[in-house]
Amino acid sequence: MRVRTGEEAVVRLDLTENAAKRRCLEKEATPGVQAMAQRNKKYDRQLRIWGEQGQEALEKANICVLNVGPTGAEALKNLVLGGIGSFTIVDGSDIQASDLGNNFLIEWDSVGRRKASAVCSVLHEMNESVEAKFVEESPEALIESNPSFFGQFTLVIATQMSEFALVKLDQICRRYDVLLLVARSYGLFGHVRISVKEHVVIEAKPDNKVEDLRFHKPWPELRRLVEEFDIDTKDPVIHKHIPFGVLLIKILDDWKAEHGGQMPSSLRELKAAITSRRRSDDEDNYKEALKAAYLVTSPPVLKPELLAALNDRCAELDSLSSEFWIMVAALKQFLENEGQGEPPLDGSVPDMHSFTEYYIRVQKVYQARAEADAAAVEERVRSILKQIGRDPNAISKTTIKHFCKNARNLRVYRYPKISEECSSRAGTEFQKLLAAEDNSNAALYVLLRAVDRFAATYKRYPGVFDSEIEDDICQLKSTAADVLNDIGSSGASIPDDLVSEICRFGAAELHCVAAVVGGIAAQESIKLLTGQFMPLSGPLIYNAISATSTVFNC
Amino acid sequence: MKKRKGEDEPWAPEPEVMAETTDIEGRWRDLDRLLLRPGILVGPGFEPGIDTRDMIRNDCRVLVIGAGGLGCELLKDLALTGFGNLEVIDMDTIDVSNLNRQFLFRMRDVGQPKAKIAAERVMERVKGVNVVPHYCRIEDKDSSFFDQFQIIVLGLDSLEARSYINAVVCGFLEYEPDGSPILTTIKPMVDGGTEGFKGHARVIIPGMTPCFQCSMWLFPPQVTFPLCTLAETPRSPAHCIEFVHLIQWGQDRTGETFDPDNPEHMKWIYEQAAKRAEQYSISGVTYSLTQGVVKNIIPAIASTNAIVAATCALETLKIATMCSKGMEVFMQYTGTDGVYMRTFQNEKDPNCIVCSAGVPVEVEATTTLQKFIDVLLKDSRFKNKISKPSVSLQGENLYMQAPPILEEETRPNLLRPLRTLMGGEGGILNINDKRLKGILRVQVIFKTTDVDMDTAGGG
Repeated sequence: MRVRTGEEAVVRLDLTENAAKRRCLEKEATPGVQAMAQRNKKYDRQLRIWGEQGQEALEKANICVLNVGPTGAEALKNLVLGGIGSFTIVDGSDIQASDLGNNFLIEWDSVGRRKASAVCSVLHEMNESVEAKFVEESPEALIESNPSFFGQFTLVIATQMSEFALVKLDQICRRYDVLLLVARSYGLFGHVRISVKEHVVIEAKPDNKVEDLRFHKPWPELRRLVEEFDIDTKDPVIHKHIPFGVLLIKILDDWKAEHGGQMPSSLRELKAAITSRRRSDDEDNYKEALKAAYLVTSPPVLKPELLAALNDRCAELDSLSSEFWIMVAALKQFLENEGQGEPPLDGSVPDMHSFTEYYIRVQKVYQARAEADAAAVEERVRSILKQIGRDPNAISKTTIKHFCKNARNLRVYRYPKISEECSSRAGTEFQKLLAAEDNSNAALYVLLRAVDRFAATYKRYPGVFDSEIEDDICQLKSTAADVLNDIGSSGASIPDDLVSEICRFGAAELHCVAAVVGGIAAQESIKLLTGQFMPLSGPLIYNAISATSTVFNC
Repeated sequence: MKKRKGEDEPWAPEPEVMAETTDIEGRWRDLDRLLLRPGILVGPGFEPGIDTRDMIRNDCRVLVIGAGGLGCELLKDLALTGFGNLEVIDMDTIDVSNLNRQFLFRMRDVGQPKAKIAAERVMERVKGVNVVPHYCRIEDKDSSFFDQFQIIVLGLDSLEARSYINAVVCGFLEYEPDGSPILTTIKPMVDGGTEGFKGHARVIIPGMTPCFQCSMWLFPPQVTFPLCTLAETPRSPAHCIEFVHLIQWGQDRTGETFDPDNPEHMKWIYEQAAKRAEQYSISGVTYSLTQGVVKNIIPAIASTNAIVAATCALETLKIATMCSKGMEVFMQYTGTDGVYMRTFQNEKDPNCIVCSAGVPVEVEATTTLQKFIDVLLKDSRFKNKISKPSVSLQGENLYMQAPPILEEETRPNLLRPLRTLMGGEGGILNINDKRLKGILRVQVIFKTTDVDMDTAGGG
């Protein structure tokens, strides 16, 4: 079946087959139930990472990949395996012998065929639940002839494209609010970047979760719970089963009572007070209390990223504000009022050595407080919605609760336009990296821009002909100096070794480098699409010689 | 060309005739830039040219251990990096839950051996490469099997399997009397591992860089729950699940062996755990969590496997050809907060029981071989590692536990002073034992004043 979009035919594979399958499923007594169980089994190992919500977001995604050399093909392969909704390949090239040496998605007998359709059918066979389409046209031509084509996608992944085409594509994607991800493999080097006006993350899932347990300022219900325990009980079994949270609050209270209301001046002082109350050094609850004592003396503070979001201009609302910013505005009000400077409690409690019953009582008090905090934020969200003339129920309770649970770790990412980055001076952080003794990865960023300028001038990449390598090295050095000049780093130097190596590679796209770059591109796509985890905050350079990467916050 | 058809794999395909017919002009254009052209940031002794390319295609044999998430990627990456002779070993069969990342497998392959299908698919796509599958446990192969390969690449998910291979490979290592490793006995290993958005790649050059045993501490300890918590004071859904799995199963279903792959067994665990959780007012026991806890499921995604495996394959190419400088020995990858890919160089343990020139053992100068063996058996460093050791000195058998004829021949040595047997000086003894996966090298130091203590430093 062919679908016409503008000038080009988009071919949709196997629609009939899928339709037949669907009809088959519909005939079953419990339509879809078995298919759903199969899906959950197939995606089990990733559902444990991004959950049902993350998976649903992927299944809704409509991704466009520009060029399917190994970099584009590998990125897409990882996404197709993960079960995205649909993809469209845009590639205008024919398959050559060299594709057989670096691209696993090219079949041996397909030399001479069109690359877009060949890779599309191989990927469709890999996961038939993903809708597969292709356009046999060069991305550069499509950018010129039919910019609105890109408006239909959730995400565009542009691979192996020059800076000049990317500047235009970036403008188009921003106009249509489409996420753009750029990936490039070049010899033993690579580059990945994200470009989008704004990406907000509620579920950042940081590796080291901040334990927000409020031992330093227990609320009345928590205090009441603590008072139900006699931590000096004569019963040795009870003594070693009192949850450490209760111990910390009680010991702190006693300390303050003995010291005229003062807090312990150091962690050591508090730890000494804890140690003096334990009966023997094998009491696990006391061990845990000592470990967590720092939470009393240095309770978690608001992270700079959260403060930045609270003070962001977008937190000043208007009638077009997004759900996220409305909730941020409500959070800000909450912090200034009910929260008394603390964000909503997330309600989770780490395991504490104790009797089941004690632990559950502690859990319930924390959960009740989290519920109450979320309810307070919800009330503020509703009244804000009303104020800005929107339906007060426009944001669901579930969404608000989810937001509150993750409030401490909110993140907002804004990426400069590719055109801005190309035409302006580099930031001070980048300048510093470039001036460092080992500036390899910063120098590679400059060199990858230089090869595009080289190619624009000479209509080929440096080092593609054996006979011209020496000349190309000289030319590339001077082009790199021009780039340095343009970004305001004319004093910096680019190591000759790297210039030579870049010319040695002659724009080669090595499979393994493409697999790394495509892997990173797929990973960042997943983060952008699910709204979970923390994406790249700036352009990334991958160096396969040293097996390192550097992210530049330009 | 060295090609073999494994007797244990009736389906092992006939070696393909590799000739011009499977190589179209220009096929390796991109890789050739790296292998045929001289470079500056290259390894020692890199010789650019067709010979280097032909060497990895025809002569270099690489073993991939594991045909799972990393293994599938590794086979693809190595094949497209010009390696022509690959073998792969895996004892597992394909499961539905593999399909989100093990891209060589399809729904119709479920239940088939991973090694067999992976080998077939790679050969189907990358013409000219030969991949020999081995559907068996690594322990089923003797050390001569592993010795055939120039490089061994590990795509494993268990510490035990890594330790095993490490011991076997370090067992091939021999040292010069001055303590430097004999280059021809070094068999490099490249090891990858992933969990969710995180992973590592590392290069092990036995005798030169830290072996797996030297840096065991890099791996975090396993989380286990105290049995009394499970039995008496459960507080989390995992506590309830582990109670049923570890304790209640044995009580209620005596005589039945729990099989995590039996759906009825898993369902029973889930239902009992849910009951227990309800009794204790604990919420959150689900079927999925039950499986995760009982099988210790490690979350896994395609992208991390792709990144780690490709890093391993590139380092394999660098080791084989020196076409680029190698990375520092350990690469750590984290993809949860931006992208973090860093390398570091960690230190070899000079007394490592697996890879060092010799673990120092100090004995009295008058010690007999029998007494020396007794000392070894009592040494806590070798606990559970040796039970009936045979001892040899630079290829000469001092005492052999078997076969009987050799035992009898070497038995008189047991009563002789070790120092005499060793020619009057301390030095390296090789200990063989059926419990050892490789070999144990011991540096004997005699406790006398006339022995220069500098030799106690080891190699």
